Amino acid sequence: MRRIAFLVAGLGLLMSNGVGAATLSLLNASYDPTRELYREINPAFAQAWKARTGDDVTINQSHGGSGKQARSVIDGLEADVVTLALAYDIDNIARRAKLLPANWQTRLPANATPYYSTVVFLVRKGNPKAIRDWDDLARKGVKVITPNPKTSGGARWNFLAAWGYGQKTYGSPAAAEAFVKRVFANVPVLDSGARGATVNFAERGLGDVLVTWENEALLATRELGADRFEIIMPSVSIRAEPPVALVDKVVDKRGTRAVAEAYLQFLYSAPAQEIAAAKGYRPRDPAVLARYRARFPRVPLFEIDRNFGGWTKAHKLFFSDGGVFDRIYAGDE
Amino acid sequence: MPKGVLQRRRSIIPGFGLTMGITIFALSVIVLIPLSAVFVTTAGMSFDEFVAAALSKRALSAYRLSFGAAAVAAAVNAVFGLLTAWVLVRYEFTGKRVVSALVDLPFALPTAVAGIALTALYAPNGWIGRWLAPLGVDIAFTPRGVVVALIFVGLPFVVRTVEPVLADLGADVEEAAATLGASRRQTFVRVILPAIAPALVTGCALAFARAVGEYGSVIFIAGNMPFRSEIAPLLIVVQLEQFNTAGATAIAATMLVISFALLFAINLLQVWQRRLRSA
Repeated sequence: MRRIAFLVAGLGLLMSNGVGAATLSLLNASYDPTRELYREINPAFAQAWKARTGDDVTINQSHGGSGKQARSVIDGLEADVVTLALAYDIDNIARRAKLLPANWQTRLPANATPYYSTVVFLVRKGNPKAIRDWDDLARKGVKVITPNPKTSGGARWNFLAAWGYGQKTYGSPAAAEAFVKRVFANVPVLDSGARGATVNFAERGLGDVLVTWENEALLATRELGADRFEIIMPSVSIRAEPPVALVDKVVDKRGTRAVAEAYLQFLYSAPAQEIAAAKGYRPRDPAVLARYRARFPRVPLFEIDRNFGGWTKAHKLFFSDGGVFDRIYAGDE
Repeated sequence: MPKGVLQRRRSIIPGFGLTMGITIFALSVIVLIPLSAVFVTTAGMSFDEFVAAALSKRALSAYRLSFGAAAVAAAVNAVFGLLTAWVLVRYEFTGKRVVSALVDLPFALPTAVAGIALTALYAPNGWIGRWLAPLGVDIAFTPRGVVVALIFVGLPFVVRTVEPVLADLGADVEEAAATLGASRRQTFVRVILPAIAPALVTGCALAFARAVGEYGSVIFIAGNMPFRSEIAPLLIVVQLEQFNTAGATAIAATMLVISFALLFAINLLQVWQRRLRSA
């Protein structure tokens, strides 16, 4: 009985918070690895907003797989801003639910990506299998851990980076496909998400090399011990751009456009860029990037628009049903 | 049922119209309408599209794994669930309540937690996995791992359906069989088993049905390799991830039809068996 009383009291508290107080609130629908990032950015923004306008603002976070989050927004989750892993997912919100204009990516600087990352290798301390570059992932006897590109946004960046290397090194798309096929023949487990793959590699001792976002690799070495893993930067990688966008229909309905716009612009400001860099994301601000240069080595990067013709095209070619990824597994029937 | 389903047989208990109305309403809101939405969504596809999505080679191998592993898990649970129910009903021992509560745990535990825990145990460096790995037996990240997870989620269904029937049966039936000269084996096979068989089959059917749709726990331990350890619910998620709702519902509808057919067959089997026994 008492437990029910508590529950009712708790519920009442929640409701009075939402209705009674004059504070603004925003909902940021984001993907999985940004938990740690926004946990620090949100209070910083709230403070800056209070200093500028005198209003209180609370930012609620929702995290999940990037595609799943996009689907929730399409299905009616009232997110004022979305900060997802792929432009493809936000494109779909624009195309299917028309909640924001199709040109959303031009409304903010740098492709609407205030921070970016790249794909690196995480290996066990001492690099026992001597993994230096993408070629080593296709070697016999090397076990590669990467999530399933069909279900994980991060895995799609991994796949495209490997494919880009294959094409650059071996010349033709067909040769590139053969190369990624050899790499995926070395993959013992296809996790559904990036975090799951990290856990399998780091905690379960599975595989020799984890292909992952740089920020995830930095987090893994920081949280799980720098004495256990090493980060290897391949000779070439991809610019992984997790974009952000205002959801116009939602902010207009909720009357939060001003604060939501300020929130997204804040992501480009020096304090937010500093937090992003500290959390392992490459900042856009050259001054901040220069200060963290030791952590983010220079490396040639493929770009989704320049090298792959944008996400819509890349997705259709590589990850749709019967696409390149399905083809490299079709031989296993 | 000779005169149609809704035909009322004369009963001395009033309220048939009201209760039936509420039943149909509740069933419609909770079960029928959501399920029919699945079929409505697939109706937007052409027949060829449906076949391409629902009956691709990859989907077929996923159905095989999902239904096959669920059947194996249900069979294992039939044996161990019966044993557990037997122990709980027939013996008094300290800690019995704790054991009884443990049986229900798979009901209450978020399945993802179960999946992560089982993966940690059975991974090649896990507590159990490290002893099996040298023998060449891999559990985690293979179809065997799928079976292990499904056994876990299905166990309480068998135990909880068999337990009350077993308790009702009472020891006197066995004693009667013994005085009539039956061996222990005969008592079990000819007296106890027929009495609890319907409950056992129901329990297994429930465990099987639950296992077919299980996603949360399996996803961590399966390995998810196409054509090898990829379950059908994962393919549904894959389709949704591509914003292909129709493709996802095509696979879902196929699973629904197979599941319904199997459960319906099990029900018929039970009716037939009951008639056989009462005849």
